[in-house]
Amino acid sequence: MVETVKQSAVSQSETPYLRISNVVKKFGDTAAVDGVDLEIRKNEIFALLGSSGCGKSTLLRMLAGMERPTSGKIILDGEDITGLAPYERPINMMFQSYALFPHMSVADNIAFGLKQDKLGKGEIDARVAEMLDLVQLRKYASRKPYQLSGGQQQRVALARSLAKRPKLLLLDEPLGALDKKLRQQTQLELVGTLEKVGVTCIMVTHDQEEAMTMATRIGIMSEGQLLQIGTPAEIYDYPNCRFTAEFIGETNVFSGPVVVDEPDRVEIESSDLGGRVWVDHGITGPKGMQVWASVRPEDVHVHVVPPAAGANTAKGVVHDIAYLGSFSIYHVKLGSGKVVKSMISANHWHENNVKAPTWGDPVYISWRPDMPVVLTR
Amino acid sequence: MYNGNKLSPFLKGVLIVGFLFLYIPIISLIAYSFNASKLVTVWGGFSVKWYGSLFQNDQIISAVKLSIEIALASASSAVVLGTIAGFVLARFKRYTGSTLFAGMMTAPMVMPEVITGLSMLLLFISLEQFIGVPSERGFFTIWVGHTTLCMAYVSVVVRSRLLEIDQNLEDAAMDLGARPLKIFFVITLPLVSQAIASGFLLSITLSLDDLVTTAFLSGPGSTTLPQVIFSKVRLGLNPEINALAAITVLVVGTVVLIANYLMLNAQRKREQAIAAAMREAAPVPVAG
Amino acid sequence: MNLMKMKAKFRLGKSAVISIPYVWMLLFFLVPFFIVLKISFAEQALAIPPFTSLLQEEDGVIRGLSLYFGNFSFIFSDELYAATYLSSLKVALVTTLMCLLLGYPIAYAIARTDPARRNILLMLVMLPFWTSFLLRVYAWMGLLNENGLINNLLLSLGVISEPLHMFHTDFSLYLVMLYAYLPFMILPLYSHLVKMDVRLLEAAADLGAGPIKAFFAITLPLSKNGIIAGSMMVFIPAVGEFVIPELVGGTDTLMIGKVLWNEFFDNNNWPMAASVAIIMVLMLIVPIALLHRYETRELEGKGNV
Repeated sequence: MVETVKQSAVSQSETPYLRISNVVKKFGDTAAVDGVDLEIRKNEIFALLGSSGCGKSTLLRMLAGMERPTSGKIILDGEDITGLAPYERPINMMFQSYALFPHMSVADNIAFGLKQDKLGKGEIDARVAEMLDLVQLRKYASRKPYQLSGGQQQRVALARSLAKRPKLLLLDEPLGALDKKLRQQTQLELVGTLEKVGVTCIMVTHDQEEAMTMATRIGIMSEGQLLQIGTPAEIYDYPNCRFTAEFIGETNVFSGPVVVDEPDRVEIESSDLGGRVWVDHGITGPKGMQVWASVRPEDVHVHVVPPAAGANTAKGVVHDIAYLGSFSIYHVKLGSGKVVKSMISANHWHENNVKAPTWGDPVYISWRPDMPVVLTR
Repeated sequence: MYNGNKLSPFLKGVLIVGFLFLYIPIISLIAYSFNASKLVTVWGGFSVKWYGSLFQNDQIISAVKLSIEIALASASSAVVLGTIAGFVLARFKRYTGSTLFAGMMTAPMVMPEVITGLSMLLLFISLEQFIGVPSERGFFTIWVGHTTLCMAYVSVVVRSRLLEIDQNLEDAAMDLGARPLKIFFVITLPLVSQAIASGFLLSITLSLDDLVTTAFLSGPGSTTLPQVIFSKVRLGLNPEINALAAITVLVVGTVVLIANYLMLNAQRKREQAIAAAMREAAPVPVAG
Repeated sequence: MNLMKMKAKFRLGKSAVISIPYVWMLLFFLVPFFIVLKISFAEQALAIPPFTSLLQEEDGVIRGLSLYFGNFSFIFSDELYAATYLSSLKVALVTTLMCLLLGYPIAYAIARTDPARRNILLMLVMLPFWTSFLLRVYAWMGLLNENGLINNLLLSLGVISEPLHMFHTDFSLYLVMLYAYLPFMILPLYSHLVKMDVRLLEAAADLGAGPIKAFFAITLPLSKNGIIAGSMMVFIPAVGEFVIPELVGGTDTLMIGKVLWNEFFDNNNWPMAASVAIIMVLMLIVPIALLHRYETRELEGKGNV
């Protein structure tokens, strides 16, 4: 009975395993989830990422059946499950608070779902043992949840939600209740377990690091809508809107109209920068359109002598420096008043034989023309 | 509120005065039950004769029996109805008449009993006029009155416990395939069992103690203990009542102490287990 | 199963669950008030039950409805009733204030005690509440009597030369009211105070407020909900109290609960008792609504703690 299906992390089949079409959930007049379309492939770990109140938890609860969509359809493995009750769905959830039944032992917690399916005792015992081995808690089987540490409780919750071999596993802030150090350690452990079992998985989190570490793909949610869907790298390198750019990692955004629009370059006149942002690729959009250029701090250079004059550079003073060990974040205040962040590695100045600039020193910033990402919304 | 400091002399004094005030009457009541003199407050030497005469007083003994029967019956029904009411109050939001229901569950606890007693009696009289039952006042009518009063208290205890426990537990059970009715019996009920137990005890004491509502709802031949006590103490001090009071305090005190001990003990064990789990499982040495 | 069926089934189950306690309370708590209201417009009669019917029937046909306003007009015209209602309100109000003055420091002191001993103190407050109310009132009869414990003690100490007259006076009434209702004040106050964040007081001290100033600026306003809840828990039942004025109050003590009892049991005037009850309910509606609001807020964690 041991499940040894070990597939590649993401099967590349074209038909989606889970399809969410145009799902809306209204509470009164406000739409918590506002027309979400999403397709999930089998065995993928998908993260819904957004700040609190963005609708990600409501979407998760609709998948679990705890909330009913106002409109839209949810289809899992070819079956329309939109109207099914939570107890009729082949979907299980790991709750943020774990929601372990305090009056039942670890083994009884794991067996709970199997008992609802009226499986035979022998089969239940075998499955519980299998799950206990999976999360390495065999010797804790007879303990009560309060006799376990936070990390162990998380593993029991995981085992309980996997015991029924759900077609879809939902994780609500899976590591949110753990402290930071334990969280980082557990992230990879959790992914390992999920891949070993081979389960399709949707997690909800507000922690971008957690999403990027664990998920194969990420969906960024804001105000009830999915803004962008992609792999962690796609989302970081090619954000499609300001919200995503600013939500994932740190960035500097310069706004202004497009003044030069050629197939191989665009120039943006930015009053924030006090000059032009020069980008080495074309965009689809009319001249004069208002756009935003996003430049990541690690792509912004700081110089003590002026670089070659032109675009993608500006003069400023060091406003603040945050020493973070292996690197520092320089906050450079430009003439316009805008503060630009630049990430400088700790031995950068030493390697270049330059005395590190300090508070109040005049400096220059610059970046390569292939670095800015032009955002139209 | 506790900040690790000792109480100020003023607050200590307040506690001493407060508890003396609460307990001197009870202690004097017990002390005089051992007074040989029939004049309760004039000491005439130590004696237990009033206990003897108490147990030979058929009126009191039969009243005690009736009161206990009514208390057990009322507490049982109040626990069932009060638990459901507490569940409705804690878990169901906004249904037709929800405000009215919440109000009806609060009011019996504070409503002067002369009003509840009178109104319930008039209900039974009207019912008798129109449908012929109940044909007389007695055990049944008192049981209805006490159940109504006690279930309000049970609902408060159960409701506040339900609001404390994580509602995700019920969602998790549903997610794992359990249907609502099953969830109620397998998850919800065990988690509020302690609240239900204290609601039961509370109902027993409320029922055993009730005079005013009972007076309206009882008929000839159904005289409860408080009614006997009331009719006796109305005439003045009575040493048998002191003996009865001493026994009551002893019984109630013992039950409450045991219940309290069991609860605190369970809590302590739980806290120790949590601490042990933390120590045992700390995977990374925690700095600081 | 489709969505509509599911919803219908769920609603049905839910309504069934709600209706069990709902119907009970409607039938045995709410409906009776309307019957009281109905009978308050009837007239006392030598019959079983001892009041007239509002419906005038002839040969089983309803001919008309007759409302008798005599009970209410009597209550409103008779000065004794007005005085009794006022006196009941006064007794309840004074009792509430006394309970607050004594109960607040006790609740505060328990809340500030270390958690290990707190439970014992709380149980000591609860214990009298669990023992018989009637017997606790009776205990005071033995203490306050002409030759009761207090007088005997004071006489033997030579503080007084002849017994003080305390029993069956306003003094004894208020003292026993305070005694009987004190736990109802302490418990809600305690449950509020114990949750209060002690860091607020430390912050106040850090900002230069002395302990007394911090108490009036921080603790007291933050325990407002507890004060209101406790006060209503004492005030509402105290208005209609019967046992205490009957057993230890003065013969001239006017309490509405006593009047209602006498009208019903001694004068057998049920319509009058019903009218007295209706006016009392009207007086208590606002306090009950107040209590209900604060209690709900408290339970659902919307208190401003």
